Amino acid sequence: MSRIVLGPFNRVEGDLEISLDLDGGRIGQARVNSPLFRGFEQLLVGRPALDALAIVPRICGICSVAQSAAAAAALADAMGITLPPNGRLARQLIQATENLADHLTHFYLFFMPDFARPAYADRPWYGSVARRFTALTGDAAAEVLTARANFLKLMGFLAGRWPHSLAIQPGGSTRAITAGERIRLLALLREFRSFLEKRLFGDDLGAVAQLDSKAALLAWADGRVADFPAFLRAALDLGLDQLGRAGDVFLSHGAYALFPAGVRASGATAAFDAAQIAEDSTHAWLLDSPPRHPANGETIVAADKAAAYTWCKAPRYAGQPAEVGALARQLVAGNPLLVDFVARDGGSVVARVVARLLELALVLPAMEAWVQALRPGEAFCAQGKLPDEGSGVGLVEAARGSLGHWLNIKRGRIERYQIIAPTTWNFSPRDATGQPGPLELALVGLAAGEGALPTVQHVVRSFDPCMVCTVH
Amino acid sequence: MKVLWLQSGGCGGCTQSLLCAEPRPLFDELRDAGIEFVWHPALAQASGEEAQAILEACAAGQTPFDVLCVEGAMLRGPNGSGKFHLMAGNGRPLTEWVERLAGQASYVFAIGSCTAYGGFSASTPGNPLEACGLQYDEQTPGGLLGADFRSKGGLPVVNIAGCPTHPGWVVDTLEKLALEGLPASDLDDFGRPLFYAGELVHHGCPRNEYYEFKASAEKPSDLGCLMENLGCKGTQAHADCNLRAWNGSGSCLRGGFACIACTEPGFESPGHAFQETPKVAGIPIGLPSDMPKAWFVALAALSKSATPKRVRDNARADHTVVRPAVRKGSK
Repeated sequence: MSRIVLGPFNRVEGDLEISLDLDGGRIGQARVNSPLFRGFEQLLVGRPALDALAIVPRICGICSVAQSAAAAAALADAMGITLPPNGRLARQLIQATENLADHLTHFYLFFMPDFARPAYADRPWYGSVARRFTALTGDAAAEVLTARANFLKLMGFLAGRWPHSLAIQPGGSTRAITAGERIRLLALLREFRSFLEKRLFGDDLGAVAQLDSKAALLAWADGRVADFPAFLRAALDLGLDQLGRAGDVFLSHGAYALFPAGVRASGATAAFDAAQIAEDSTHAWLLDSPPRHPANGETIVAADKAAAYTWCKAPRYAGQPAEVGALARQLVAGNPLLVDFVARDGGSVVARVVARLLELALVLPAMEAWVQALRPGEAFCAQGKLPDEGSGVGLVEAARGSLGHWLNIKRGRIERYQIIAPTTWNFSPRDATGQPGPLELALVGLAAGEGALPTVQHVVRSFDPCMVCTVH
Repeated sequence: MKVLWLQSGGCGGCTQSLLCAEPRPLFDELRDAGIEFVWHPALAQASGEEAQAILEACAAGQTPFDVLCVEGAMLRGPNGSGKFHLMAGNGRPLTEWVERLAGQASYVFAIGSCTAYGGFSASTPGNPLEACGLQYDEQTPGGLLGADFRSKGGLPVVNIAGCPTHPGWVVDTLEKLALEGLPASDLDDFGRPLFYAGELVHHGCPRNEYYEFKASAEKPSDLGCLMENLGCKGTQAHADCNLRAWNGSGSCLRGGFACIACTEPGFESPGHAFQETPKVAGIPIGLPSDMPKAWFVALAALSKSATPKRVRDNARADHTVVRPAVRKGSK
């Protein structure tokens, strides 16, 4: 038995360290450490309640809008506000823009460069993949940065800027879209669609959205010249459709009124019940307490705690670890392609990436419909009054999965603010009963250490971790 | 010009923003100006041991590099240990890495307001994170590297402040240094590059007509000026946000929400709700830069009394309810 420590893990958002106990070149146990503490839950306490809208986006530079949306939803819950149709559509558009941009950034800039590692120099696909995806110098970068920057121009219209916008308010959006701007939004969506169809998929989004099984996907990809098919060829050659399985309990808060909330395990989907969530801090550098529901959770630093190995708490659903993200969202929504993938091999590296890219094909057409449904001249923001005392819950889906904000207000100020971010679920440490978190489980049994292929890198990045959120 | 980038107590948003650089894709833009990344935590190929070897060689002076860019506040706690951020893989405090690398860099850039002044990380009452900027604790010179720090190139830390930074602020500062050099006269009193911090957010504000007539928004999504009621500090905040568009056509004001002065040290603790304007006797406390209070009061009263109906009505709506008149005929 030997222990190796991997880090800094770059091409993730924030800092990440993984400690692996190896047994004969295979991982026996893995421990995931989020080595940075941010302290946002403390800094929110005592602030005027609406200040959360200015503060929480700064938790995360890559999912700042998701944080805004969760805070706005929690405040709207406390205020009892209902959004006008335009406000709801604008919020969906802003959230979808961020989520799709994140999927794109993850695939091209964070995930694919690992296939350009010299360890794969002998594979038949290596030359073309390395040319296209090597970090900073691959020829995909220029195309994808342009596509990304132009797609995010939606934010210039809808949210003022990205990241760190204050446009999302409890009652909707501060930014009413004019009739002329509506036309510009549709043009930007068409431009992004063109990039996806030409470069990423090599096919119409509609054709991609209809793929309904692993066999259908592989037949579709065969001989197709585009980045998604290139990924599938490399990943299947490396057996990544069989690797990276976590506990196969999947959770989603539901997104855009398009994908429902739910919990999926053992091939069946059950209703999501937020009361089943509790956070355990046994292995975090935080004061011990029995697992608490976030509505009465606390975050008190205990930096010298011996049993701890991370700043991340361990959220559990009905006592179990759960995986969140695009794969979970699509499984809960019953997408046949992902249901088939997981029925065969469980949640794998390939299934997670396929789910993300599939969402690009599913959500962009929905965004086009939302823009068409905007009614310039009608209200974008409902007004409401903040109660002096109250509480609220905001449950949204960030690109990386389920994000929840739990808020208590006393005398108009924030009395308690608890956040569970997607990567808190996925990269959670062990809990009091010793159950490892999803990534910790997904790494067990993989080859690692001297001379091993970089499989661990693919598995870790397949979750698209956001460490700065994790350790809010 | 070789650039080494580190991240610590921040959100990574300045890098995410930087990737929005336009019109040319960021990597091409920098490469053609002779700028390359030695390592960047979000973008570089090298990971783990390989990355550590690169950082160690830079810190030990074996690999020369030109610019150290740091993104995120310096977390010195708990009790000065730096344990709130130990670098993954080697367990050394990020503050120690930054001190070593700053000693080798020709120039040190603080990317974003957290890095420059401490930002939100430093704003919890009592500052339990012991967070600070590279060379400031909010407005007070000091920070991690100390008030007297000068990099090998002879400059204090260059504070590209903003939360987040506009991609153009970072690209233009790097390119100015790479192509023409960056003298101290290019920086303002808080170490910010003057090419963007020499302006006010108010300059070019699309709500200027409402400002002129003090036709004020009363609630979120109203078209009127956000200064009187909704917390806007655009007339005091140093940045060119309304001259240099964000994400193609945006800015905070164009997005319909207040400028919270995110390029200023201490912006994160304004002492009032971000989206409300504090007032004394009905007059905003924070007056426009360089404007005596009596003038402002007199001008505001005059302009309010002269506000056209169109401007007054539109200020309190989320879309134009009275269009500018069209004059027919020329005489």
